[in-house]
Amino acid sequence: MRGGTQRSKRLTEALPLLPFLAVVVVFLVIPTVTVIVNAFIVEGSLSFSRIRALFSPTALGALGSSVLLSASTAIIGAVLGAVLAWLIVSSPPSSMVRRAVISLCSVLAQFGGVALAFAFLATIGINGVLTAWVQQAFGWNLSGSGWLYSLAGLVLVYTYFQIPLMVIVFLPALEGLREQWREAAVSLGASGWQYFREVVVPLLTPAFLGSALLLFANAFAAYATAAALVSQGNPIVPLLIRSALTSEVVLGQAGFAYALALEMIVVVAAVMAAYNVLVRRSARWLR
Amino acid sequence: MKRAVRGALWVVFGLFFLFPLYAMADFSTQKLVGGGRTWQAWVNLVTDDALYQAIVVSLLLAVFTVVATLVILVPTMIWVRLRVPWARGAVEFLCLLPLTIPALVIVVGLRNVYLWVAYFLGESPLTLTFVYVVLVLPFAYRALDAALSSIDLQTLTEAARSLGAGWGTTILRVVVPNIWSGIVSAAFISIAVVLGEYTIASLSGFETLQVQIVAIGKTDGPTSVAASLAVLLFGFVLLLVLSLVTRGRRRVQGVTA
Repeated sequence: MRGGTQRSKRLTEALPLLPFLAVVVVFLVIPTVTVIVNAFIVEGSLSFSRIRALFSPTALGALGSSVLLSASTAIIGAVLGAVLAWLIVSSPPSSMVRRAVISLCSVLAQFGGVALAFAFLATIGINGVLTAWVQQAFGWNLSGSGWLYSLAGLVLVYTYFQIPLMVIVFLPALEGLREQWREAAVSLGASGWQYFREVVVPLLTPAFLGSALLLFANAFAAYATAAALVSQGNPIVPLLIRSALTSEVVLGQAGFAYALALEMIVVVAAVMAAYNVLVRRSARWLR
Repeated sequence: MKRAVRGALWVVFGLFFLFPLYAMADFSTQKLVGGGRTWQAWVNLVTDDALYQAIVVSLLLAVFTVVATLVILVPTMIWVRLRVPWARGAVEFLCLLPLTIPALVIVVGLRNVYLWVAYFLGESPLTLTFVYVVLVLPFAYRALDAALSSIDLQTLTEAARSLGAGWGTTILRVVVPNIWSGIVSAAFISIAVVLGEYTIASLSGFETLQVQIVAIGKTDGPTSVAASLAVLLFGFVLLLVLSLVTRGRRRVQGVTA
């Protein structure tokens, strides 16, 4: 009896959380559950026809390109982003340059989207500024064969937000390296290279790999930049979802978008789970 | 030697990141026919009716999203800390969940929900506010959580309550002024997210700024480029001001996804 009243008291106390829960349930949980359920339920009964459509050549091709795009930009972004983060860390902590660079990185990494597509159209598109310069100076045609609208173009444009994202997620780990550790290593006779290889690398590896995974998930789920750049064809999963949504007849398969969205949930969730494991490992010594 | 390498790297990164921005400025002021300079693309931002309407819609959405997020999240987070600490893990999990569930997935599953929303509230683009609240939750949560962790919430509220303040007064006049930096962070980051959002708006068929930018891009490149650059610069200034206001006490909040 006592347990019962206590439980009801607990629930009464949780009542003020209802507005928050309502918004999250209606606009996050229900859409996600809708996707998962509809991937398996076709017209009221269990069916794997939508899941099977994921193994059609079109869908597999898009998945392959998406993985290739995400993996290559994750690797490029992680390596170059780590270098840029190292440059930033070795500059004075509260300098204006540093603030400006970090602000620019957050804008490009998180809020760029459509704007980044137009940035590259203005640079190396058909009428792009760099295209015109190079045409004038060397006579080469940079925008030739429209490669900017293919997978290679997407790789280039994606690095423009992957490198800044790497800076933002990797910077805290770099800042966690203490000057005393370097002093300790050096006073024990280590050279600069030895300190880097035997102290810095092992310490930063989990954070580096974790950040790279985050970049992979970020690129895999990104939509706006690719959608603004590529208006025809469906080279990657997000664009295939777009055409499945806007013309419900792709592959003669209504509701195909649900299966594709489920595929995206599975890939991103798996990658993020691995990310969380790595983050927990690097959190042991960070801060 | 080391200095030279470092300097060279700065130059390379600087060129890679700043040249496209410069190209946008150059491209948006070019006369495509006949050469020379023109500000026409920038003038279009306010004189083109569809674009101007879209800018207004996006700004309104930004304001509504910020207000709704703060009204929902601030009391919830305060209440969780004071009265229902057992729910803290769950609330944090829900707030950070949108980082794992792509916006594209949300929009695919949103159709049924939106039928109801349209039924109750009509088909205004401003109904996007609800989804945008979910999108900005992780950023807002981190900013507010950091601010709440830095004050002694228990003592503050007990003092206010024992002096006869109700919950409304306690939150608005005692707690809010103390977590002001977190609230400003949450608001700025939310504004930047909403102004840059394209995925959900375009696939739900609403004419927001980003949707218009893409639509115009098919016929009038310079105007789209001008609008894109304006949004990027606005976001940059917003976040730069934010990092100056918080005066280095904390790193730019909420951006570590």
